[in-house]
Amino acid sequence: MLEDFPVEDIDPLATGAWILGTGGGGNPYLSTLNLKRLYAEGHRVQVMDPAALDDDDLVAVVSGMGAPLVGQERLKDPRHMARAVELMEDYLGRPFRAIMALEIGGANALSPFLAAALLGRPVVNADCMGRAYPEAQMTSFAIGGLSMFPLAMVDVRDNEVIVARAESWKWMEKISRAACTAIGSTAATCKAPRTGREVKDWGIHDTITKAVELGRAVDAARARHADPVAAILDHEGGKSLFRGKVVDVDRTTTGGFLRGSTKIEGLGEDRGAVLELAFQNEWAVAFRDGVPVAMTPDLICLLDTVSGSALGTEAVRYGQRVSVVALPAPEILTSPAGLEAVGPRAFGYDIDFKSVFA
Amino acid sequence: MYRVGIDVGGTNTDAVVLEGKRVLAGVKASTTEDVTSGVLEALEKVIAASGIARDEIAAIMIGTTHFTNAVIERRHMDEVAAIRLGLPSGAGLPPMVDWPEDLRQIVGNHGYQVKGGFEFDGRILSPLDEDEILRIAGEIRAKGLNAAAVTCVFSGVNDAMEVRVKEMLEGECPGLRVVMSKDIGRHGLLARESAAIMNASLLSLADRTVAAFGEALKRAKIAAPFYITQNDGTLMAADVVRDYPVLTFASGPTNSMRGAAFLTGLKEAIVVDVGGTTSDVGALSMGFPRQASTTVDIGGVRTNFRMPDVFSIGLGGGSLVVETGDAVTIGPKSVGYRVSREALVFGGDVLTATDIAVASGRAEIGDRAGVAGLAPDLVARAVARMTEMFEDCVERSRVSSAPVPVIAVGGGSVLMPDRIGELEVIRPENFGVANAVGAAIAQISGETDRVFSLIDGRTRESALAEAEAEAREKAIAAGALADTLEVIEREDMPLAYLPGNATRIHVKVVGEMGTPNA
Repeated sequence: MLEDFPVEDIDPLATGAWILGTGGGGNPYLSTLNLKRLYAEGHRVQVMDPAALDDDDLVAVVSGMGAPLVGQERLKDPRHMARAVELMEDYLGRPFRAIMALEIGGANALSPFLAAALLGRPVVNADCMGRAYPEAQMTSFAIGGLSMFPLAMVDVRDNEVIVARAESWKWMEKISRAACTAIGSTAATCKAPRTGREVKDWGIHDTITKAVELGRAVDAARARHADPVAAILDHEGGKSLFRGKVVDVDRTTTGGFLRGSTKIEGLGEDRGAVLELAFQNEWAVAFRDGVPVAMTPDLICLLDTVSGSALGTEAVRYGQRVSVVALPAPEILTSPAGLEAVGPRAFGYDIDFKSVFA
Repeated sequence: MYRVGIDVGGTNTDAVVLEGKRVLAGVKASTTEDVTSGVLEALEKVIAASGIARDEIAAIMIGTTHFTNAVIERRHMDEVAAIRLGLPSGAGLPPMVDWPEDLRQIVGNHGYQVKGGFEFDGRILSPLDEDEILRIAGEIRAKGLNAAAVTCVFSGVNDAMEVRVKEMLEGECPGLRVVMSKDIGRHGLLARESAAIMNASLLSLADRTVAAFGEALKRAKIAAPFYITQNDGTLMAADVVRDYPVLTFASGPTNSMRGAAFLTGLKEAIVVDVGGTTSDVGALSMGFPRQASTTVDIGGVRTNFRMPDVFSIGLGGGSLVVETGDAVTIGPKSVGYRVSREALVFGGDVLTATDIAVASGRAEIGDRAGVAGLAPDLVARAVARMTEMFEDCVERSRVSSAPVPVIAVGGGSVLMPDRIGELEVIRPENFGVANAVGAAIAQISGETDRVFSLIDGRTRESALAEAEAEAREKAIAAGALADTLEVIEREDMPLAYLPGNATRIHVKVVGEMGTPNA
């Protein structure tokens, strides 16, 4: 089953994906500019229901890899995303039936669209995170124990890399991250190819639809002057954690990631309290006065209090008035295998996962 | 000693004289095409009205929407060579890619992408293609362009290539003015580049405007220094505006909101500034305009300036009132400053929002006889529509359900009802010249922007504290009162390519100006 993806859904997809990006994945704005230019040139994209894949179809999993801060200066080019898919096809000697997103959160929600528009292949309505995460092993495919290789990586200069084999997902992450860092902490990648069966069994389905609908709900709230933050909570069944003003941002680009923390001083009901958000590309753990109150895999989102727009770890700055909310994670991420891959310990925090929604 | 605030708007040039916290006089004159005669008229009027001596004026603060209006109205903008150093990255998104088509054409659509740029850690992304720069310099000469904007990938981390290209272009193209993006904007290539291009396109207007201000002061025989207010409500020396006109972009709303806070003494309020064509609505929080957290559009271009979060609607004193069937439409079309000739109460033949205000008894301006013939039903419906429009935009600017007051300022604020929903409307004395008051009380800033080495026990925290102390000292030296200082910007960017764990820290503090000599 194929459906045309209309040009007017580009902005809602970006709005929704940016919220689901939990601070990472990069602001999708530049990707929307790229995709609109492709549409203006006559390219079109179709979206495919995962159920419509044949078991032995081959699906490309694409993403822009690197530190979000870098993507705001070294602007993405759709041709490189398409080239990563072609490089993988050349290596495999087999064509892809369709293309899907590694992560629905942030700019990478649009990455398969950029490649698909140029290559004339459909985009599968699924991803393998249901949000955004910084590392290769933090996917539903890794949690499902699927193969982690090969991987194709393309630089803006004439550098192309194939990682032919890796012993584990962590090795794949380590090797590909080293290559990514060497070329400036930003690259277009085509991850381990998936069969139609694997996407049907282990993909997180209908996330494109989810992001578009979330984006539309925010737009609708803004249009009727309603509180967009409330609209997000309502649409996703989320919980409000904190309201305040950003008073410090500590940020370092290191090892191919953007790491650090943001301190928020409470306003209104939260006056007197301080919320600290630790991040590695995405918001990972929220500490209220030193006590962890929300943590991955629950989605932690930092929103502009007035507009409901998501704020990224690369763009948050002193003085902004913000709301912090939590949204529920896809079920597979909160399973025991899921928590091992993406729970707080996977990010170096020695705390047991306790869901905001438990 | 006195302070004089002047607001040069699209329609009116207003002036006030302040003695400490007291407004001695406030006057209005019309803005003129040459700027000078309007400023001169306002100055002469306000000096006469306040009865002060010219040599008792300590300083003149000018706020102007001239540069913002130029972009919004697509006037007085020069063509610009927009040169980006960053290939092979970003080829798909050329300079001005997200600009409205008409504006891109007005600045000539001279976008160039050249090999160059840095990585986040200061390494070279690709070497600068100097031959290409020489070729572009030839084109600039052939096209007769007078301004260029140079934007390099990661120039915030390493500005060497922007500096080199400026030097080359100035050598190759005598008289060319070159703007470097690192001086204008922050991280985020596209928004920084757009700001640099707009800045370059306004340089000659900035020269003419600052010269016009200077000429007006000279003719008025005033020797006091003059300053121009910038986006964040602080002052810049007039000469700085010649190089950085974009830094004034949001000073209009900032001044009117700060003026409203000053005139009422309120810290928490909604401010509605009603002009001839539009109303600007924003919120005061702790006495300061609430800042927009996300990007702000100027004339349809996305920028990342620090600006107050202001929402504009097309409703002002000159807005046209049109009856179509059962509905009454007000604005966005307006007679603007011509309201004083064309409105019914001024003997004209156009039904404007001002006429409705007079007919309904809200305002007493002009000649009531001009609106005597209006159907009471039409007046009632138009009043209801205006009230609804004000309610909508005030509601939009509220951040909480707490019943804050609404401060009505600006020449057109007679349109506003006495209550907006449950909220009380306050009209301070001198409400018509709140912008000029805001300019007169503009704040003093102090800024630190330099590289710190985190060695010998210096931590990130202690370096930030050092930078803040430096910025505070500079602000106090420039005349700010120490106990009013507040940090408004605080950013650090680690520079991994420099030895000694270097980090670039930018801190800006602002505070109230001490009363000069008093």
